[in-house]
Amino acid sequence: MRVPIRVLVAKPGLDGHDRGAKIIARALRDAGMEVIYTGLRQTPEMIVNAALQEDVQVIGLSILSGAHNAIVPRVMELLHEKDMDDVKVIVGGIIPDEDAAALKKKGVAAVFQPGASLEQIVDFVRATVPA
Amino acid sequence: MKVPALTKPPSRSAAPKRTERPFTTISGVPIEPLYGPEQLTDFDPDRDLGAPGQFPYTRGIHETMYRGKLWTMRQFSGFATPEETNLRYQYLLQQGQTGLSVAFDLPTLMGYDADHAMSEGEVGKCGVAISSLEDMETLFCGIPLGDVSVSMTINSPASVVWAMYLAVAEKQGVDWNSLSGTLQNDILKEYIAQKEYIFPPRPSMRLVTDTIEFGTRRTPKFNPLSISGYHIREAGSTAVQELAFTLRDGIEYVEWALERGLNVDEFAPRLSFFFNAHNDFFEEIAKYRAARKIWADTMRNRFGAKNERSLKLRFHAQTAGCSLTCQQPYNNIVRTTLQAMAAVLGGCQSLHTNSLDEAYALPSEHAVTIALRTQQVIAHESGVTAAPDPFGGSYFLERLTLDTEAAARGYICRIDEMGGMIPAIEKNFPQREIANASYEYQRAVERKEKVIVGVNAFQSDHEQPIEILQIGDRTQLHQSKKLAGLRATRDNGRVRASLGALKRAAEGTDNTMPFILDAVRAYATLGEICDALREVFGSYQETSLV
Repeated sequence: MRVPIRVLVAKPGLDGHDRGAKIIARALRDAGMEVIYTGLRQTPEMIVNAALQEDVQVIGLSILSGAHNAIVPRVMELLHEKDMDDVKVIVGGIIPDEDAAALKKKGVAAVFQPGASLEQIVDFVRATVPA
Repeated sequence: MKVPALTKPPSRSAAPKRTERPFTTISGVPIEPLYGPEQLTDFDPDRDLGAPGQFPYTRGIHETMYRGKLWTMRQFSGFATPEETNLRYQYLLQQGQTGLSVAFDLPTLMGYDADHAMSEGEVGKCGVAISSLEDMETLFCGIPLGDVSVSMTINSPASVVWAMYLAVAEKQGVDWNSLSGTLQNDILKEYIAQKEYIFPPRPSMRLVTDTIEFGTRRTPKFNPLSISGYHIREAGSTAVQELAFTLRDGIEYVEWALERGLNVDEFAPRLSFFFNAHNDFFEEIAKYRAARKIWADTMRNRFGAKNERSLKLRFHAQTAGCSLTCQQPYNNIVRTTLQAMAAVLGGCQSLHTNSLDEAYALPSEHAVTIALRTQQVIAHESGVTAAPDPFGGSYFLERLTLDTEAAARGYICRIDEMGGMIPAIEKNFPQREIANASYEYQRAVERKEKVIVGVNAFQSDHEQPIEILQIGDRTQLHQSKKLAGLRATRDNGRVRASLGALKRAAEGTDNTMPFILDAVRAYATLGEICDALREVFGSYQETSLV
């Protein structure tokens, strides 16, 4: 039997709009993955520590407040410091095209912008995690 | 009203039918193939409708509705520094907007100063950054607070920011008796939906009750509490859930104010509501009509209100932010127009129309002007303002109104049985209902049972980018510098004394408003005042569930 993919869904920053994060968490779980949802107002440090403790292969960050350029690069740095570069980071939310391109240059595996379908996201996670 | 008999329509079996999706409202309520008198056998026009301006106010709270006075066109706005937002306000007022509505940034909403570590990257992004009375003086510079009504969406730190507004009015020499506006001070919907809470529910409810009591005594024209369903809907609820949870929140506030010793007719006329205006045109109109009817009945029969003004549900509406799409953004103008039309046909007292670029960012000046013009076209060109409740008596709308009312009352009863909204929140009941509804809706979109033009149907490959308002990180630097200057020049002894007095008041049972006002006048910052209250009340953490 295949071991389920483990995903941490995290909501960094001060924003409380968790509709998207919760829908994604549920969709990944319904697709057979093991999902840990951090809840609100997580600092990059808290997120990376949770990822380490939960031994996840994927971190999904949901950011709608415009703070992604401050938060996401910090998460990537911390992952690197802890030798966790193999953990794939995906970002969802209101991310302008030019910021999405810049985040990908910093090692983010994918950025899902408004209108992305659950199917696309589930498929991407399956394809990106080595079986 | 007498319901005329319809000649029975011919058999419809041969008529063409669209089969690609079930016929339901956006909230999933099934729609019959046709509505006629046979769907309204339980409808009593005298009991269920009345006349506009008459109990149960289903048809509107005023006899003449928009023939007497149009709704207030109130665009929610705020971004970056208080200086920049002040310029936007001056512009909006010059363009014919008739009231202001302040959007604060996330650090302000969460009670952190702009220079706090948690504010990193968030200052001025989702609204204007306000950390002290000095910022508030800048925000309203040149705006006569005695003449312009001001709505503030502020919630958790509402009493602190309202105290700043009252202190600015003092400095402008404006009598508090002439101040008008609304405080979005509904903390319950934060635990339920928007999640911008600071303190646990019970001390938060005490702060809200303090503002109601203070406002009732000191600012007779200001609405101290706008009970808000908007965010519940944005979090993914159905129309019925939005209505029911909002009204049940309202009941909770009334109970707390009565417990405080206020008379219902002293404060109830100043309560107001805030609802979403979503895509489903008739469902939304039915929602507003059912809201008025349930509230009038609740105030009269549950709380024994005698003053007619206590029975009238007044509401602000905002078009649905969550319905806007990044794809083909000009379609958002059309969506907003239809949603605004539903709010107007539903009898709103004030209205915000979203701008076409708001799926991306806070609106540009160009986009916000189109949004305001949309309201002006509806008001002055469409003709819908000429007759109150023009759809009243429609078989379809009356059926929807009755069903919406019954379903909302069902939820209200369930929450009563749980012991009220706070126990319901502690059980995660409304949170879970909303999460389930939002997931169901998303799955219906994925199955294409619900069509979103430009997203899951009618996509186009060649989209032109639109102009987007950019907020740089210099806002945080600018605000932090001002704060450092303020902390160096104010009377810090006075600040410490006022914060100490506030903490003692918070530990006891005194109304906290006078103590918050003293701290604000001494230029204690928002973060310092909220920290003092955090020390006494603690901070709230929700149990996250998926």
